Amino acid sequence: MKRLRSALILVAVLVSSYAASAQNDWIRTGTGLGQEKVRLGVADFKSSGADPRNEALLKTFNDTLWNDLDNAGIFDMASKSFYPLVQPSQPGEVKFDAWANPPANVAMLAFGNLGVVGSDLSVQGWLDDVKNTQSPIVLGKQYKEEATDAKARLIAHKFANEIIFRLGGGVNGITESKLYYISNRSGRKEVWAMDYDGADQNQITHLGALASLSPRISPDASRIAFSSYPKGSGLEIMMYSNELGRMVNFPRFGGTNATPAWAPDGTKLAFASSMRGAMEIYVADASGAGPKRVSSARGPDVSPVWNPKTGAQIAFVSGRSGLPQIYIMDADGTNLQRMTDQGYAVSPSWSPNGQFLAFAWRRNYGPGAPGGWDIYVMDVATKQFIQLTHDAGNNDFPTWSPDGRHIAFQRGGNGREQIWTMLADGSKAHAISNTGANSQPSWGIK
Amino acid sequence: MEACVTLSKKNYGLLFVLAALLIVGGCKKKETAPPPPPPPPPAAPTASLSANPDSVPPGQATTLTWRTENANDVSIEGIGKVDPSGSQSVTPQASTTYRLTAKGPGGTQDATARVTVEAAPVQAVSQTDEEMFAANVKDIFFDYDSYAIRADAQQQIAADAAFLKQHPNWRFTIEGHCDERGSTEYNLALGDSRANATRDALVQNGVPAGNIKTISYGKEKPFCNESNEACWQQNRRAHFVLTK
Repeated sequence: MKRLRSALILVAVLVSSYAASAQNDWIRTGTGLGQEKVRLGVADFKSSGADPRNEALLKTFNDTLWNDLDNAGIFDMASKSFYPLVQPSQPGEVKFDAWANPPANVAMLAFGNLGVVGSDLSVQGWLDDVKNTQSPIVLGKQYKEEATDAKARLIAHKFANEIIFRLGGGVNGITESKLYYISNRSGRKEVWAMDYDGADQNQITHLGALASLSPRISPDASRIAFSSYPKGSGLEIMMYSNELGRMVNFPRFGGTNATPAWAPDGTKLAFASSMRGAMEIYVADASGAGPKRVSSARGPDVSPVWNPKTGAQIAFVSGRSGLPQIYIMDADGTNLQRMTDQGYAVSPSWSPNGQFLAFAWRRNYGPGAPGGWDIYVMDVATKQFIQLTHDAGNNDFPTWSPDGRHIAFQRGGNGREQIWTMLADGSKAHAISNTGANSQPSWGIK
Repeated sequence: MEACVTLSKKNYGLLFVLAALLIVGGCKKKETAPPPPPPPPPAAPTASLSANPDSVPPGQATTLTWRTENANDVSIEGIGKVDPSGSQSVTPQASTTYRLTAKGPGGTQDATARVTVEAAPVQAVSQTDEEMFAANVKDIFFDYDSYAIRADAQQQIAADAAFLKQHPNWRFTIEGHCDERGSTEYNLALGDSRANATRDALVQNGVPAGNIKTISYGKEKPFCNESNEACWQQNRRAHFVLTK
């Protein structure tokens, strides 16, 4: 008996250490996350004139630039307390030794200046390779915009994106991307939008319906598909044009129509509908024309999402075997595969490179069951998965950033949800909304 | 107990003789004359109160009749001092319990009589269709994460169907609802399945399918907003709404 028990303990230890190492080692998002990070210094930009507006705009600019680069996930940000006392605002002012050696010890240094002239805001920014004293300048940029706080943020985003693109393996940054989500701040659940860092939160729809749900931004960010309850009707797919700034027509099918999803080329929509009986996955033109049923099974199917890399597969949620699980199938409904094997798995989001599914999972489900409701990432080919959130309440509706390095999601119980973002390895999680209840984020390129 | 069991009939006779002797002996001891009896205490009052009829329609009078003895102060609550015995007509606005209190040298005695004022007669106005629908077509409740019609709901389905078949021209909506615990989007699908399962069960019971519309509210329109099982059960339902 005793020997059996110690043998069991040994097995348990082996299994758990194997699982731990497997979970730490296998994930490579192919986006530079997890590789050795570039150590970066970001000197506060300096005022290039005496205009009294400079101070406030500088603060906005410097805060935004720092946050953008810190959030990017590919830099080892050198703490400002290690910086030389005198910081440059022009290329000639950089003291390479002071930056390249401890304590700053940076490889790259961003710096520059900002000033208001008349109604214009001018910004000059550089990125220096401080170890290459012969030709240190990697990047030199000049921006001119209206002298407003919003434009100071915009310029910081643009400059940060240049640095991320240059040092991050040629992957575009997300500093100008936006999140589309549901907020109840107006008293009803409506579609809202905000910058990727939580700034500039704006109400998009004003339908006043019982609820608007499941916003999905199109790949080119020109349209938002979502679902809502028009007067005297069940849940229907609705369409908002970002370009026109208003709702546009979309056919009503009757029954329940929910959870639209854009094909990667923007020409088709998949959605769940009970227009002809049970809730199944349908695919229609982006205009709503010609809906065709592509799934068929007893039990509800919902929440489709296309493989953004190929457009050839759709992941979705089905209750056909009892509690909801994640499945994938070809876009025509063939080659069905079940991806999750237990618990309650919902809200799939497919990574931009096609390799991963992020989803919300209560692996141990049922009254009194241990464990939380967390965000997981699964490798589609191997079905290996890692858990990204831990011991932090209910987490649902993950959505990948366009660069595949970040995941936004909702965290919190009913009526208290907020939007959070984190790196795709689960680090640097932080809330980006805090007013009202905010849920179901969808990450758009702009 | 055992002693009783062993007593024979002969022994009963012996016991009787012994008992008789004891009683006789006891009497013999009372030899002194009894003291004069104290004056009798004043008799306690008696009281009775009745209403005839004891149930009246609103605005109608009834007669209270009372009788007391050995009382010199008789009053009825709400009326005041009255004769020791008598009757009086009253018209209570609402059901009333009349309390009579009779006081005399021998004490106090209460008596009560209740007059029930009948509820206003049901107006000849008929229920609206909506009221009739709501009173007769009862909601169907579901288990956690399930859209199967429970055994205990089959009877309700049959009753709902029987009523609905009497109104073949009525159109109605079945709303599918879920509790707060599931994910928003899956609950929309689950609510839809609940509404559809309810519709199918009604159709099997002979309700014309063409009269039925379904709508899923997922967890967007809860009946109850607390986080406990009683409340969750309230929200796991198919709710019927007459649309005509």
